Amino acid sequence: MSAHPGHGGQGGHPGPAVIVTGLRVEMAHGGGDIVDEVSFSIAPGEVLGLAGESGSGKTTVGLALLGHARRGARVTGGSVRVGAIDVLSLTDRELREVRGRIISYVPQDPAAALNPALRVGTQLREVLRAHRACASAREASERIVEMLREVALPAEPAFIRRYPHELSGGQQQRIALAMAFACRPRLVVLDEPTTGLDVTTQAHVLATVRKLAASHQVAALYISHDLAVIAGLAQRLAVMYAGRIVEVGAAAELLAAAAHPYTRRLVAAIPRLTGQEPLTGIPGRAPAPGDRPPGCAFAPRCELAAAECRTAMPALAVVGAAHLARCPRAAAGGAVTTGPAASRMAGLAAPAGTAPVLSAERIRAGYRDVTIVKGVSLAIARGECLALVGESGSGKTTFARAIAGLHPPASGRVLLDGQPLAATARRRPAEARRRMQYVFQNPYGSLNPRRTVRQIVGQPLRVLGGGTRQAADRRVAEVLEQVSLPPAIARCYPDQLSGGERQRVAIARALVSAPAVLICDEVTSALDVSVQAAIVELLTRLRADLGLAILFITHNLPLVGSIADRVAVMAHGQVIEVGATRTVLRHPSAPYTRQLIASAPALGPAGRAIPAWPGRGQPPAPAP
Amino acid sequence: MSGTGLPGPAWLPAAGQARGAGALRAALRLRRTRIGLALLALLTALAVLGPHVAPHSPAAFIARPDSGPSALAPLGTDYLGQDVLSRFLSGGGAILATAFAAALGGVIAGVALGLIAAYARGALDALVMRILDVILAFPPIMLALVAVATTGPSTWILITAVAITTAPRVARVTRGAAQPVVVRDFVAAAEALGLPRWRIVISEVLPSTLGPVLVEATLRLTYAIGLIASLAFLGLAANPNGANWGTMIQQNQTALAVQPWGVVLPITAIALLTIGTGLIGDGIARAFAGLDRGREPG
Repeated sequence: MSAHPGHGGQGGHPGPAVIVTGLRVEMAHGGGDIVDEVSFSIAPGEVLGLAGESGSGKTTVGLALLGHARRGARVTGGSVRVGAIDVLSLTDRELREVRGRIISYVPQDPAAALNPALRVGTQLREVLRAHRACASAREASERIVEMLREVALPAEPAFIRRYPHELSGGQQQRIALAMAFACRPRLVVLDEPTTGLDVTTQAHVLATVRKLAASHQVAALYISHDLAVIAGLAQRLAVMYAGRIVEVGAAAELLAAAAHPYTRRLVAAIPRLTGQEPLTGIPGRAPAPGDRPPGCAFAPRCELAAAECRTAMPALAVVGAAHLARCPRAAAGGAVTTGPAASRMAGLAAPAGTAPVLSAERIRAGYRDVTIVKGVSLAIARGECLALVGESGSGKTTFARAIAGLHPPASGRVLLDGQPLAATARRRPAEARRRMQYVFQNPYGSLNPRRTVRQIVGQPLRVLGGGTRQAADRRVAEVLEQVSLPPAIARCYPDQLSGGERQRVAIARALVSAPAVLICDEVTSALDVSVQAAIVELLTRLRADLGLAILFITHNLPLVGSIADRVAVMAHGQVIEVGATRTVLRHPSAPYTRQLIASAPALGPAGRAIPAWPGRGQPPAPAP
Repeated sequence: MSGTGLPGPAWLPAAGQARGAGALRAALRLRRTRIGLALLALLTALAVLGPHVAPHSPAAFIARPDSGPSALAPLGTDYLGQDVLSRFLSGGGAILATAFAAALGGVIAGVALGLIAAYARGALDALVMRILDVILAFPPIMLALVAVATTGPSTWILITAVAITTAPRVARVTRGAAQPVVVRDFVAAAEALGLPRWRIVISEVLPSTLGPVLVEATLRLTYAIGLIASLAFLGLAANPNGANWGTMIQQNQTALAVQPWGVVLPITAIALLTIGTGLIGDGIARAFAGLDRGREPG
C-alpha cells in the first residue's frame, strides 16, 4: 500500500512533511500483527486526526512515528519519513537527537509526563538545553516566556517556579504542549491529550493545538477515540479498525458521508446536542491482535458483509475526492446504511404530577473544611430519567454518593418513597437498599477482581437476603440476559471482560434486586463511543421495560439529549439550571450552561470557532 | 483508552481461575519454591520424627563428655556426655513448633490490625499505626528478652513475645496493600448494599491483599525461627536443660575444636530451615509479581 491521498487546500506548500508508507508493527513473539498496511501523509501546518477505539492500534502508529515500539512489539515493515529523515532506519542515538527537536510527542496523561520533582520552568529549560536550541541562559528565559504565552499560560516568574502538582490538568497539558512545540518540530504526535479534561478546558487546549500547528507550520497527528473532538480540530481524518486504516478523507466529508460501514456506525454512536435521536451501538467486539479474521476485520460485525469480505482483505479504494475507504461495497458506490434505530424513546415522557420516588432536600456535603455540595435539592419521578450535568469538581459525584449513603451529608435529607433515609447505607432498612442501586463510573474498579461474574451479580441477593442459591443463580442468569450478556459469562472473572461487558455486569448487579431507582455515575465515561452508545441504548431499554427511575450523572452534555427527560446543570456545588432536556439544550438560561453547550465538541466542519476562556483554564464561578 | 496493541488482561490465557490460587500454582512451578518446600519438609520431618528414631534419650549420659564418634554415640557426646545425635534429633521440635505458632499468631494479629487501620482511615488508623511504631522502635530480640526475663521462660511467653514483635511488621505491609483496595469502587458497592464492615474487610478487601501478606508471612516465619533459636542460645528456652538446637550451639561452642558435631549440626539445620522458608517467600513474591505484569513468571 502506498496510496497517498491528496491534500485539499494545501497548495503552496512544497509537499508533505510526513510520509508513512506500509507501516507494520508485530508482536515480538509471533503473536500476529498489531498494525499493518498503514500509509498516510501530513502536510506542514495540517492536523491529521487518527481515530479509532481501544485496541485499534492508533497509539502504536503514533509511537512508530517516533521510531518507538512498546515492549513486546516490533516495527517490521514500512517507512516513516519526516522531511528527509527516514525515522525507522535511525540508530538509538540518532533517534534521541531527533525526538523532541524534529518529532515531538504529547502524551495522554500530562501528570505522568511531567517530572513531579522539577519546577515547570526547569523542565521547559531542559528541553531547550537538550537540543541546544538557545545560545544563552538569557535567551532560554526569553523563549520560555514566549512559549508560555503561546499556550496562554501566565508567563510570570511565580508561575514558572511552580511544580506540576500546583497546576490544573489543563495547565499541565498546556505545559506539555509548550514542551512539544518548543523546538519548532516538523511533526507533533498528540496521543489523546484532552481525554482527561473537562469540555471547556479541552476546547481551549484544542484551540491552542490548532493555532500552534498552523502558525509554526508543524504537521500534527492527533490521536483520539473521540470523533467529535477530531471533527472540530483536524482537516483530514483517518479511521482505524483492528490495526488498519479503514477510511481516510477530509474530516467534514468523512463525517457527513462516511463510506465505510464501521465509520458510519461510529458516527451514529456519537451523541449530539441537537435532537433526541436514540444512539445505536455496534454489536460484537473488535478482534484482538493475533485473533483477526482473514478478510475484512469488521466483517463479523458488519450487516453488509458479503462472502468476499470474509476471505480477502479489501484494499483502500477511492470513493471520492481525496477520500479512500477499505470497503468494496463503498467503492462500488453501493448504498451503505447503518442498522435500524430503535424507536424506544416513545412513551418515555416524564410522568408529570406523580409523586417523586426519590428526592433530596438541601443536601450539603464535603470533606472536613471544604463544602463541595452546597444545598442541592432534586426530585425524580417514577420512571423518569434526570440527568445531572457538570464539570469535574462541580460536586455531582459527591451529591450522588450522599444520596446512596456512601458519603454522609453534613445536612439535608434523602427521601425514598416519601420516607426519610439514614445518612449511611448501613443504617438504612434492607428494602431501601434494595430499591435504590448505584452504578459506578469505572467498571475497571467497581468489580472485585477475585470474584466471578455470578458471585458479583449475585452479591446483592446474598446480602439483602431472600431465596435459595438456585433461585439466586436463576435470577442472575435472567438479569445477565436483560443486559444482553451471554449466560457463559457468569463463570468469567472481570479481567476476562471488555470495558463494555464489565459495565453491563455492573448494571446487572444493580438490577438484580429489582430496584426502583438507579443512580448512574458517569457510567459511560470510561468507555469507547460505540460502547457508550450501546450502554445508553441498554439503559433506555431497561427504563422502558422495567419502569426504572434513573439519575444519570455525566459531564457529557450531548449524551444527555439521548437519554434524559430533564436536565439539572450543576456548578460549584449548586444546581444552577433545571428543565426539560430539549429546553435546556436549545435555550439555556444560565450563562454557564450556554458556555458548557458552546464548548461541547460536536460533529461539524473543521475550523468551527472554539470559544476561548477569558481566564486560565478554570471555569468561571456561576452567578448563584 | 489508547489503542494498545499489547496482550492485555482481556485475552490472557491464564484466565478462568482465581488469581490468588493461580499465583500459588505459578509459585509451585518455580524451582526456588520447590527447593524451599523440600528443605522445609525435610527439616519438619526431622523435627517431628527425630525423637522417635533417636538411639538414646536426649538426657541420658552415655559416655565421657566431649568424646569423639564411637559405636555407642555415632557423632560423639556433648559437654555433659549426652549423645549428640539424639539431642540433635530431639532438638528441632521445640524451635519449629514455637516459631510456627509465634509467626502464625503475629501474622493473624498483624493482618487484622493492618486491615482495620486501612479500612477505618482517619484517627483510628493513626492511633493503631503509632502504637505499632512504638513496638517497632525496639529491636525484636530485646523486646523478647525483656518479656522472657521478667516473667520467666515458658513456651507461651515465648510465643506471645515473638508474635508481638512480628505483628507490627505484618500490619504495615497489610495496611500498605489494603490502602489502594479500600478506595476501589467495588468496596463502595458493598457499602452501598449495607454489608457489615467486618464482612467488607474480610470478603472484599482481604483477598486482594493476599499476595504481599503471604510473602510477608514466610519472611516473618524465617525471622521467628531465628529469634527463637537466638533466645535459646542465650539460655532462654522454655526448658533450659531440654534438647534444643539453639541451646546446643551455646552449650557446645567451647568444645568446638574437639567435638564440632554438637555445634555444626544444629547450625546447619537452622540455616537450611531459614533458607527454605526464605526461598518459599521469594517464589511466592515472584509469582505474584509475574501475574501483576500479566505474564507467567520465569
